[in-house]
Amino acid sequence: MSTDDQTYSAAGEVASVALRRTWWDRTWRSLKKAPVTAWFGMIVIACYMVVAVFAPFVAPYGESEIFETPYAPWSSEFWFGTDQLGRDVLSRLVYGARNTIGIAVATTALSFLIGGSLGVMAAINRSWLDQALSRFVDVLMAIPSLIFSLMLLSIFGSNVINLIIIIAVLDATRVFRLARAVSLNVVVMDYVEASRLRGESLTWVMRRDILPNILPPMVAEFGLRFCFVFLTIASLSFLGVGIQPPTADWGSMVRENAQLISFAEYDMKAAMTPLLPACAIALLTVAVNFVVDWFLHKTSGIRDEK
Amino acid sequence: MKSDPENRTAGDLLLDMRNIHIEGFSDDVWHPIIKGVDLKLHRGEIMGLIGESGAGKSTLGKAAMGYAQPGCRITQGTIEFDGLNLREMDDAHLRQLHGSRIAYVAQSAAASFNPAHRLIDQCVEATVDHGLRPADEAKSDARELFAALQLPDADTIGERYPHQVSGGQLQRAMTAMAMSSRPDLIIFDEPTTALDVTTQVEVLAAMRDIVEQFQTAAIYITHDLAVVAQMADVIKVLRYGETVEDAPARQMLTKPEMAYTKSLWAVRSLEKPQETSEDIILRVNGVDASYGGAIKVLEDVTMDVPRGSTVAVVGESGSGKSTMARVITGLLPPTKGDVLFNDEPLPLALKDRSKDQLRRIQMIYQMADTAMNPKHTVRDIIGRPLEFYLGLSGKKLDERISKLLSMIELDDSFMERLPNELSGGQKQRICIARALAANPELIICDEVTSALDQIVQEGILKLLLRLQKEFNITYLFITHDIATVKAISDQIVVMFQGRVVEQGMKNDILSPPHPDYTQLLLSSVPEMDPDWLTRLLESRAQSGAMNASGN
Amino acid sequence: MHPIVRTVMQRLGLGLLTLFVVSIIIFSSLQFLPGDFATSVLGQSATPETVAAFRRELGLNDPAFTRYIQWIGGVLQGDFGSSFSGRSQGRERDVMELIGPRLWNTLFLASMTAVIAVPLALTLGITAALYRNSFYDRMVNATTLTTISFPEFFVAYILILVLATLWKVFPSLANVRESTDLIDRIYMTALPALTLTLVIVAHMMRMTRAAIINLLASPYIEMARLKGISRSSVIIRHALPNAWAPIVNVIAFNLAYLVVGVVVVEVVFVYPGVGQLMVDAVTTRDIPVVQACALIFAATYILLNLFADIVSIVTNPRLLHPR
Repeated sequence: MSTDDQTYSAAGEVASVALRRTWWDRTWRSLKKAPVTAWFGMIVIACYMVVAVFAPFVAPYGESEIFETPYAPWSSEFWFGTDQLGRDVLSRLVYGARNTIGIAVATTALSFLIGGSLGVMAAINRSWLDQALSRFVDVLMAIPSLIFSLMLLSIFGSNVINLIIIIAVLDATRVFRLARAVSLNVVVMDYVEASRLRGESLTWVMRRDILPNILPPMVAEFGLRFCFVFLTIASLSFLGVGIQPPTADWGSMVRENAQLISFAEYDMKAAMTPLLPACAIALLTVAVNFVVDWFLHKTSGIRDEK
Repeated sequence: MKSDPENRTAGDLLLDMRNIHIEGFSDDVWHPIIKGVDLKLHRGEIMGLIGESGAGKSTLGKAAMGYAQPGCRITQGTIEFDGLNLREMDDAHLRQLHGSRIAYVAQSAAASFNPAHRLIDQCVEATVDHGLRPADEAKSDARELFAALQLPDADTIGERYPHQVSGGQLQRAMTAMAMSSRPDLIIFDEPTTALDVTTQVEVLAAMRDIVEQFQTAAIYITHDLAVVAQMADVIKVLRYGETVEDAPARQMLTKPEMAYTKSLWAVRSLEKPQETSEDIILRVNGVDASYGGAIKVLEDVTMDVPRGSTVAVVGESGSGKSTMARVITGLLPPTKGDVLFNDEPLPLALKDRSKDQLRRIQMIYQMADTAMNPKHTVRDIIGRPLEFYLGLSGKKLDERISKLLSMIELDDSFMERLPNELSGGQKQRICIARALAANPELIICDEVTSALDQIVQEGILKLLLRLQKEFNITYLFITHDIATVKAISDQIVVMFQGRVVEQGMKNDILSPPHPDYTQLLLSSVPEMDPDWLTRLLESRAQSGAMNASGN
Repeated sequence: MHPIVRTVMQRLGLGLLTLFVVSIIIFSSLQFLPGDFATSVLGQSATPETVAAFRRELGLNDPAFTRYIQWIGGVLQGDFGSSFSGRSQGRERDVMELIGPRLWNTLFLASMTAVIAVPLALTLGITAALYRNSFYDRMVNATTLTTISFPEFFVAYILILVLATLWKVFPSLANVRESTDLIDRIYMTALPALTLTLVIVAHMMRMTRAAIINLLASPYIEMARLKGISRSSVIIRHALPNAWAPIVNVIAFNLAYLVVGVVVVEVVFVYPGVGQLMVDAVTTRDIPVVQACALIFAATYILLNLFADIVSIVTNPRLLHPR
């Protein structure tokens, strides 16, 4: 373009305009530019999902099939040995993926359903509803969530349904805060005002104006909340008040096999057994964190400038 | 490295930048911002650096200090300041120059003062740190500078913290800060852009006086031609990171060489003959409004809008002109008074209005960026009112969208674009098309051109005038820009602190005699005449007589 | 009244109000106990009379308001009622008696961690922010991103494996007693403290780094640089006075996090603290003990956050020097 064009035309006007690209094209481009850590994370998550979904086909034995020797050493028959009751550790790890991840995903989804919808509603409404919900959430958040869930579990008793509901409700407070904050940023935009001036209904504004614009931060938050929920559930199970036996789950597997660590001098492999489920937990959270980190970096456009 | 102000001889070459190339980092690539610009500045000379947003003027200004802001790098060229090569200087030596021989005045004084320290400590900090003067001497000098810059309570204002003084005062304090070390060169980076016109005049006058008094050279960066006309000896026009034209200020104003420079001047020539009509489409009747509190933002506001004409509402920030728009649209129901549309009272609250009432009044916003949902395509944006109000769908909808696009001088290729794939002017055009889609009778335009570059503004204003003629649309045009008002309005309403000061035909309002506030407002609007500020100050000095330089 | 005093008073009032509401929530949890609860506490052999007496003692027959007043009155005098455990054998213990020494142990562990973690994390965070994007920064960042993804017990068992079984540097159990002297106590608490330090330093360092980077991006910092002020003066004179509030917030947030982190760590190392007591009480559904522990944890958490709020108020120049 010449510096000195005399004819002005609206269609020819260029500024710092983003290029037109299709969704697939954009996604592929950003994937190609994704750092190694993000790729690593995505591959790990994919592997976990395959294992969790196809658990019965992947696991060599049944979830709670009991064999003769408890604490059997690592061998070709039992790759990672057996546990205190004589169950195959590898099989329990595989089923554990299904149970632990499944419960964590369900909990996170429930907490987003509750916290997300209330948060968006509070942001639009901005009156008594917002006030009431926000104060209520402030109080709930004043109690550390692990402590609160311990207390509630002691009252309602530990089972999977209670676990999911309690943690989802407590975690929904944080989702509410974020959903409300990001929606507030959207609600003050002129285009929302324009929709209201047009006479659009609340549901239209929520669905068409707000939702598409708060999606990226909420997706990132879903990853982070999933990690948090996953770790909380694992911790509770580890403490013996989360997922109850005989359901295989990684937190309680650590606890059940913990004594083996003291045999490290005699059998290093056996001592590693309790660390395997812990490692499985850590690997997944690291993977999710890596992906979220990249995603946030990409969508927020925030760059560490030099 | 210290230079004695007495020994300065005007006319020597002070700053010599040759073939400067600067790159910026975004979207993971380095792309050029400045593409080979030369700049020469002599002692005691003031250079106005003008250009539209994105022209690279601010980047070039900082480069004159040998500084590349975060995210930028200087890739080529030489920067010589008084014989010193700034590009080859190490950080420690560069620091010795900054704040002693080269000073900087930032756009946002409010953000650029540290909230934790007193003004005077920040003003003398560089002078004392560089060992130019002992602290107490520097402070008493700073107090004198405050007085010279006409800050109130010059002896004590320095003891205050930044949040305790007003924006205009902060901007003057920042000029004092720059002047404290008696630098050879000051970079003014859009110092008055954030101020109201009436404040701007005072700050401009103070800055010009002090720079003249100490014979300091300066680079004055702005996008406002009229402001630069008051300040600069020479003007440099930038566009897309390249020099368009260099010339002495007077010559540039009277005989611009390049077509682009001429086009910058052209918008001022747009003029509309005033028309009026007896048919009143909108009447605001004795309206009071407030945002919940006891303070009234609008008080007893009454005005009439005749059909098919353009009524401009002018006033500074805080005058209540945007609140008026909110009252008319029903977003803020007034506490007293009513709004009549086609002689029938409109329900005061938005939710009580019928779809048809909503359709007849449309609104266009200042920031087209935020007025369109970034996730909706142009088709969605223009199509929605057609679906919603007129129930169009399918082929009819497409045809109508296409028609609307051609009305705003765009074509069908824009249909599937997202807002961030459009330029600033195109965005505003889409917003106009969205308003037009509803077949409205009245369009409220809230500062619709003030975020746009000069040349784009002209296009938008012409478009609005053409549409008005074609469809007999009425505009309520809210603005603080008097030049725009002159260009397009039939009637003018002047507002101040929530009240209507004056309403009348354009020519009546713009010609004397004026009420005091209108006088102050009109006379504060910078004009393209380099002697305007001097004359204005003289006339104001003569006890604000009515014979101020009008048109 | 000086606006700062007023704001601080408001914040204090709000903090007390929150504590009050939290105490109500914790108290009313008792309402949701299932009906057969008395039997499960007293054992299958309990006669209907004992059960009725127990219900009376819990006050399940009185109106909730009266019981709350009695309970909170007791709590304010340090009386949390008596524990359910051992009730079936006819022995009951005062909750305070159980908690007292353990509270001291938990505080010891937490402060030992804080003494190591806070200076370490602040140094790492500030230096990483100052040398942003350097190799050092990226290393610290990647390491901490990994560490925050680990569950506490994973870190704990790795430390046990390495430092207690392979190399017998520290004991793997931290079962301190009241008679243990200070040196031994520190030695025995080393592994739990180290575990908590690792977990918390990662969080604290990342937050400090973000806070400082945010601060360094302010226009007034660029202005100070353009005034030719030296690097160290920019940090000390311009950044630091505005950094107190964010830094104190980071510290308080993480100490509050520490309060919760102790629960898992205490269980791993069999450390006799409040956290372990609470987990045991949850498994045996010893409600008075659970309530007491929850209230203590919540109160600490609220007070720490309140403290951070107040520090950011009193260091805010806008409030310090009103118009």
